[in-house]
Parts: sequence; C-alpha cells; structure tokens
Amino acid sequence: MARRSFLQWPVLRQFRSGDVLGRGPAVTSPHTRALEPRTATADRVVQSICPYCAVGCGQKVYVSGEKVVQIEGDADSPISRGRLCPKGSASEQLVNAPGRQYQVRYRPPHGTQWQSLDRDTAIDMIADRFLETRRRTWQDTDESGSPLRRTWGVASLGGATLDNEENYLIKKLFTAAGAVQIENQARI
Amino acid sequence: MANADCIVLQGGNMAECHPVGFQWVSEAKARGAVVIHVDPRFTRTSAVADKHIPIRAGSDVVLLGAVINHVISNDLWFREYVLAYTNAATLVNPDFRDTEDLHGLFSGFDPETGHYDTSTWAYADPEGGGIDRPGGPDEHGAEQSDRAAGEAHGSGGPSLEHAKVERDETLTDPRTVFQILKKHYARYTPEMVEQLCGISAEDFGYLADAVTRNSGRDRTTCFGYATGWTQHTFGAQFIRTAAILQLLLGNVGRPGGGIMALRGHASIQGSTDIPTLFNLLPGYLPMPSAGRHDTFTDYVNSVGSKKQKGYWADADAYAVSLLKAWWGDKATAENDWCFDYLPRLNGPAGTYQTTVSMLADEVEGYFVLGQNPAVGSANGRQARMAMSHLKWLVVRDLNLIESATWWQDGPEIESGELRTEDIGTEVFFLPAATHVEKAGSFTQTQRLLQWRHKAIDPPGQCQSDLDFFFELGQRIRAKLADSDDPRDRPLLDLTWDYPLDDDGNPDPESVLAEINGRHLTGDKAGQPLSAYTEMRADGSTEGGCWIYTGVYADGINQAARRVPGGGPSPSQSEWGWAWPADRRILYNRASADPDGKPWSKRKSYIWWDAEAGKWVGDDVPDFPVDRAPHSMPDPDLGGPAALTGDDPFIMQADGKGWLYAPSGLVDGPLPTHYEPQESPVANSLYPQQQSPARVMFPREDNLDAPSAGDFGVDVYPYVFTTYRLTEHHTAGGMSRWLPYLSELQPQMFCEVSPQLAAERGLVNDGWATIISPRAAIEAKVLVSERMTPLSINGRTVHQIGLPYHWGVGGTDAIVSGDAANDLMGVTLDPNTQIQESKAGSCDIQPGRRPRGEALLELVREYQQRARVTVETDNIRITDPAREIIDPPPASDPPPPPGADGDEPWGSRW
Repeated sequence: MARRSFLQWPVLRQFRSGDVLGRGPAVTSPHTRALEPRTATADRVVQSICPYCAVGCGQKVYVSGEKVVQIEGDADSPISRGRLCPKGSASEQLVNAPGRQYQVRYRPPHGTQWQSLDRDTAIDMIADRFLETRRRTWQDTDESGSPLRRTWGVASLGGATLDNEENYLIKKLFTAAGAVQIENQARI
Repeated sequence: MANADCIVLQGGNMAECHPVGFQWVSEAKARGAVVIHVDPRFTRTSAVADKHIPIRAGSDVVLLGAVINHVISNDLWFREYVLAYTNAATLVNPDFRDTEDLHGLFSGFDPETGHYDTSTWAYADPEGGGIDRPGGPDEHGAEQSDRAAGEAHGSGGPSLEHAKVERDETLTDPRTVFQILKKHYARYTPEMVEQLCGISAEDFGYLADAVTRNSGRDRTTCFGYATGWTQHTFGAQFIRTAAILQLLLGNVGRPGGGIMALRGHASIQGSTDIPTLFNLLPGYLPMPSAGRHDTFTDYVNSVGSKKQKGYWADADAYAVSLLKAWWGDKATAENDWCFDYLPRLNGPAGTYQTTVSMLADEVEGYFVLGQNPAVGSANGRQARMAMSHLKWLVVRDLNLIESATWWQDGPEIESGELRTEDIGTEVFFLPAATHVEKAGSFTQTQRLLQWRHKAIDPPGQCQSDLDFFFELGQRIRAKLADSDDPRDRPLLDLTWDYPLDDDGNPDPESVLAEINGRHLTGDKAGQPLSAYTEMRADGSTEGGCWIYTGVYADGINQAARRVPGGGPSPSQSEWGWAWPADRRILYNRASADPDGKPWSKRKSYIWWDAEAGKWVGDDVPDFPVDRAPHSMPDPDLGGPAALTGDDPFIMQADGKGWLYAPSGLVDGPLPTHYEPQESPVANSLYPQQQSPARVMFPREDNLDAPSAGDFGVDVYPYVFTTYRLTEHHTAGGMSRWLPYLSELQPQMFCEVSPQLAAERGLVNDGWATIISPRAAIEAKVLVSERMTPLSINGRTVHQIGLPYHWGVGGTDAIVSGDAANDLMGVTLDPNTQIQESKAGSCDIQPGRRPRGEALLELVREYQQRARVTVETDNIRITDPAREIIDPPPASDPPPPPGADGDEPWGSRW
C-alpha cells in the first residue's frame, strides 16, 4: 500500500472533494471505490416490461455472460418513469429463483414421487393423451341435432401472465381441436 | 388520471396493488385534485387520500346509487352532455317494469330457470313493442348468461336490430330512460347508505359534493376500481353504477375522466382481447352457440346488425378476416369461411363449471398455464379434489407450485381425504420461460400493447408457451396426418406455418403480424393492414384480432415503439400501441361539445377544425374523422355511415352512452342492490335478499352460511373479504419462491379491529382460526384500527381482512401458509361468470386450527350447528309472498309477440 500523503488526511480530503460533511466520496474505502455496478459491466441491456400487475412498467434487463444479473426500472417509460414496486424490483430473483425448475418432471398414475423425463418424450405423450381424450369425449351434435363439434374432455386454465402471441396460438390450436373449456385469471 | 380534478378509488387499493401507477394519482393530488378512497379497510391508499370512507363489503351499489339520486334530485347533472351523448331521452318498451314495481325484480324473471327474459327491457320501437336484438326476439337471458354474453361487450355495446329509437328531448315522458332512472334510485338515500353501507350522512355528503363539484365543462372526475367491484354476484352492475354516474356528470371520453379498471396481471387485458376464455373469439367476437349460431349468417347477424349504428355493424368483416387467418385458402365464401370448423357452446364452460365437470369425471385432461388454481380458485378444496379426478394434468410454471404437487403434499393429503397412492392422475410438469427469456407483447390495463425484447434463451428444458404450443400443434397435426375423419380437418387445415428460428421455434413477431392481418388480394396483397376499417367480408383480407389491427402497420412492430417519455404529444403516443387504432382515450369525440368545440379550454382534447373539415387534437379521434358535428345522415345507411355528428359512442348500436342498458346484461338493465350470497345483513331496499339471476352451485362441497333472518346466521357472524399485498402476487407462484419478497411478507395473517379482537379474545401476533362452511384456516392475527366496525341496520358488523397469497404444499416455496380462498364459496355473476370472493361469512376463534380428521370435524360441527344444507342461500325468490304480486295495469298492451307466453310468469308481466 502506498504511503499516505498529507493530502489524504480526512479533513483535507473532505474539503478537497467537496464532500464537506464526510458522508460521500471522502470516506469511501479503496474496496468500495473499486466496486462497479453490475449494470455498468453488463454485456447488454434489453428493454422489457414487468411481468406482475397490469400497470406495465418499463424494465431494463442487464445481461452478463448470458445470465440476467439485474433488472431495473426504465426511465424512458411514460407509464412508470423508471420506477418499480417491490415485486418489479425483485424480478431478477424471479428469473434466478433458488427453487426454479429447469427439468421436466413426470408423475405416473398412483406414483408417490416425481420421475425425470426428457422434454421431447413428454410433449409426445401429451399429444397422445390429448388425442385419446378428444376421441373418447367427442360430441358431434346436441340433443336437437345442432352441431357442437367439440370435446368436453380437455380443459385449460391460464393466460393472464402470458403474451398475446402465446394466447393467440393457444386459442387457435384448442379451438381447431374442438376444446372449448379455455379459461384464465381474467374471469377470476 | 393525472388530469383529473377528483379521483374516487373504490373496490381496490391502488397504492399497494398498483404502486407505480399510483404515482399519477399522487401527481393529480399535487395539482390540486381531491382523492377519496372508499374501502372496507384503511390502507396505504387511504393514508394518502384526502378522505377514507369505510364501507361494508358488497354494498357499493347503494352508495353510488345514492350519489346518482343526489345528482338527479338536485339537478347537478351535465344537461348538455347528457341530452346529446347519452340515451337519457330514449323511450323504453311500455311493458318494462322496474324493481320499484316488482319489489326487487325486473319484468321477465322466470323463477323456474332463474333467468330473465330481457325482451321487455328493450327500447320502444316506433312501430310498437321493443327493438329486438337482430335476428328476432331477444335472446333469452338464460342463453346469454350461459355463454357469459355480458363479457362479449369488452369492445363496445350489444347489438340492436336497428337504431331508430323514439326520443323525448324534454325528458318528461315516464318511459324515458331519465325518468326510469330517477324512479329506480329514488329510495337510495343518505339514510339508506347509513343503514346498509355503514357510512354517515356527513361522509356521504363529502363524497357526493366532491364528485359533483369536480365535474362539468371545466372539471372532470375519474373512478378507479379493481376486483373489489368485479368479484360479486352482481359485480358487473357495480361498474355499471359508476358508469351511469360518470355519464350523468359528463365524465366519459374526456381527459381526467372515465372509469379505470385496475387490472392485476401483466396481460390480463390482453388475455381478454385475445381470449383464453371460453365464451369469446379474438376481438370480442362471441364463440358460436349451438342452436342460435348454426349458420354463419345467423352468427354475424346476431353480432352486429347492418342496420344498427357504429362499427359493430361490420362484424362480418372482422369474423371473415379471423377465419381467413386461421384456415387460409381453405376458408372460402362457398364453405362460409370454414365457420363450421368452430366448436359450439351450449352452456357455460367457465373455470367453475369445469371444476364440477372434473368432479363428474367428464373432463379428463387439464392444462394449467402460469396459474395456480389449488391456491387461487375460490373453494380451493373443491378445485384440488376436482384435479384428483383427472386422467392427466399438464402444469407449465417456473416453480413447483401447489397445483403441481397437491397429489403429494396438498391439504387433503394431510387431512386424510386423499391418499397419494390412490390418485390415478398422471402429472406432467414442464418448466416455463420467464418474461425475459422470450419476446412478445403484453397488453396493460389501459389497452396499451408493449413489446418485450428477449434478453436470454430459456435455460435447461425451460420453454416458452409459444414454443410449447407450436410444437404441440405440430405433433398433433403429424399424428393426424393420415386421418380422413372430418373432425380432424380443422386441425389439418389450420394455418400453422410460422417462420422458424435456428432452434425450430416460431418467430413471435410473425404471430403478431398474423394478429394484425394483411391484404390477400389486389395491389397490396401480402401487405399488413393498417386499420380495421380495411377489413372486408369478401375474403380479401385476413387478421386474427381486428381490434389489434394497426399494431403491425407498415410492417413495423408498433408495440415496440419506445420514444423516451412517449414523445411530445400530451397523449404520449410514441410509446407502445393502444387498441383500437392507437387511441389513448376512448370515445374522445365526447371531449368536445355538440358543436365540436372543447367543453372548456382546460379540458380540450379533440375538436372539430371547420376549415380543414376534420376532427383534430391531441389524440387519434375516436370518430369518423370527417363527420361534421351537426351531420344527420340517413339512419337507414346503418353502420359507421349512420353515426350522427353527436354520436360519440361509436361502438354502441345507437351511438349513445347507455345510462340504461336495454340489452346486454342478464341480471337487470339498471344496477340494483342485493346482498351477497351469504350476508348477515338483510336487504333493506327490497324483500329480495340476493341477486335473483346469480349462478349457484348448490352442492355438499359448496355450502353457504345462513343469511340474515335465517336460522344459524349467528354461527358465522362476521364478514370476511380478501385482498392483495404489495409484496406478493396472486396465488404466490411468482412471489413466494423469491427470497426478498418472502422476507418482506413471510406469513399469512388476518386483519381484525381491536373491538373484534376483544370480542373473540384474539391477540396481536397470536394465532386465529377462521371458519366458513367450506373450510377452516389459520392465520397470524393483526389487530389494527385499519378495520372499522360498522353500524349496519343498528347492529355492529365486524369485517375481517385476509390476504390470499399463501398456500399449503408446493416444493421449495420459501414461505407457505393456509389459503384464504379455501374459505370461499362459489357463486357467480351471471354476466361474467366471476365468483363472489369479496364478501363471505365466517367465524373467528383464537388459536391454531386442528390437524387431520379433526379439521374436517370442526368444519362439520359448524355446519351442523348452523343447520346449513344445499338449500341455504340458494333460494331464488327469497320472499315470494311479497314479490311478483303486481299484475300489469289494465291499460297495458298485451305482451309483445315472441314473449315467452308458455312460461308461467311470462304472461303476467
């Protein structure tokens, strides 16, 4: 460590730096001075929107090494003007939650534990279940002969946290398949 | 909201549930606006409001109805606005009878089915009788309710056969909407408010004075509400009451006016516009109903008549464009654009009907997509038991939420009602992508679409719902490729060919482009549509959601616009894109007077530029841009061409704001106060206790507490209501797994007043058990003066507040606790099929709840003591001796042809 010079005396430091009361740069340690915010070292910043309530606050997502390292309010947004509430401020932890699941899990009928399954197999099994149920529960017409053209055997719940494009594909696919019990939080 | 002079927040807690949006309320307040919070609890919204008015949960229609009465009786309404822009002067069918005539019922109620025949509510037809909905006599209320038709009006009013109405501009004819309204609310007085809401005459006076003083040419008042209004057996009518008041005061279509729906999920507005809802197709086109919409012609005629006014008359163009988007070249004029490919409804298919169908083993498979019904659905036990009947369940979420693990660690495993080994449900858990791991658009609460750019790829096996459903569709189509079964044609003919990225996933912007639509023929073939007015019914255009047309105008993703601050215009229109047509304030023609001049300089927004011959101003005019203020086009033109220069409500079939709803609602043309399904308070306004047309589920697993006057009402003597905290999100799936948020709000609690704490021996930070006829849960006690005991009908009513974010089970949740929704019963608003979860009856006792079988025993013991049965609260007409006693006056004409003459009550009124 370099010898301390006279000019680094605390009182002089305070006056030289303009931090007269010694509550700012005059009293930071070399360690603190060496710290850089994650937002400054991020590889890139991506503009996004908060996923919680429907106010639609702007977010800036900071990415380093293909990991999200911080999410902050977007000052450009005329809706939120850079602000986020506790949930929006915590949304980095939504992405990196300690309990977050990264693998597909499968519970067979009457099973007591989860099993692992690769995603490809899982989607194939779901497609099979969907078609079997649809076949079994198909309704062509009602009692008076009016067309129904549907299945009463497949239902879906969710969508208020999904994108418009996702909801569009869900509605399109299920409607074409004849599934009508498609619902989401908007009715709850 | 920042432009408002008075803001009434009622049925919500904006400062805690929409904290960042609340800055605009603060901004308005800083500019001098009065802020009033009406809510059962004193919250942080109340803390910064000018005034908090505590109210009994579920009594809002009494309060707002009394303000309407105050406004009419004291001649405080905005005469010029009301006469020109609302249906105040319109005459109603002479056969209409009000709740004042029929002791709490409107004409047309059928006690057998529990539904209204709404034909007598219609506008008077100059040629006699009422103006029907197109395609014949009005659809029976039963059927409208079954397909939740009320919700289909998310983008404008219901259809009318034509718009040639009779008007009395003097407003003196007793058949005018104005006179009917006046009579309907005459008994909604400050005294009644005191009796039923627990609000003093002084507080009522403060509210009434604030909203009337801050309305008119120079000032505007704004209302904000949330689920405190929607989650009732007549929730849609709560909002209607505010709408009537706002129209009377001239606060619609103007800056600082309106009624703000403070919605609770990032894209809950979007998921209604592009509906993952049973009763709708994109853009509020209804799902077709068997028997009523058997042909395409029947369907489009019922959605919008060519003879009515406004843009719904072009429903055929919107419907054909949707069918072309889905079935491409296969959709032709000859096959009615593949209309027969659409499945049909023949009854409601909402969440709670699905639950019952699961219990009956009719539903085999269930997709749960970013939602947590095991915690978030009313009557949680019923929801979990229903899932145990499934053959297969797919849960797509970030974390192992309770809805994925109930078979392992749910409350019914603990109580012994279910054994893991006995449950035959096959469960797939698929990890989802977070909002930063996919690109796409959310539609926020003011109809603004905002695009999220993708920051990183989803990790591990995580996948977006877009990619999952695209892939599932591909697999299903591949497995059916050789099928010649006609029922598989809609899947095989579906347009499912989106441009793919390197990983084989669809480009989300290409889906947005399909939603926007494009020209299919002519010079512009292949080019994106720029406005829904370009859509045609001849198959020359396609578009997946007509109200979103324009979001991809010029091939540019308008939802991704991010000019800092939204640019220089007061409407900040260069940030995102608002449907429809990028209009930021709807019905903004009403911001100018009938001559086209701003009502005042202070509130100018859109006005008529006579020289240029068009509407100009700070926003996209929500009106035919060159229609002069005093234009009187031939009404026979129909559609947009028939709108007169003073018809600002361009999506309404008559161009006017509806003080009275002649069509569209199934439980009454005017909001009327009824008590919640279970209530310790008697309805002092009418002998009818509950809303007669509510949707009931009288089942052993959904019992209700006795209401006022019934045996056992004292067994569940308290009112409970549910709410959110700032630090958690709905059923906790996106918050209870996060360390910071869990630390900030670690535990389930109940909020009680010091008086109730003393009455029941509850200690702050101690435990309490709350018992309803459905369940018993435990919570930490928060004794707080924020809960005010109210004096109702001379008796003290205590209310208990319960946040609903916690649940039992789930893997790796940082915090867990009992679920408030387990206490809730399921009874629904017939317009929307939304459950009543803002007011219920319960008891509260100190100490923790019992475990295992003893918990079930406790719930049973209460049920027995109160003698509740499936009939409790499930009687439609609560006082038959006093109701339905008025025969029509002898001078009345006979019922119009088409009235349900074979129904026992049809011929009587």
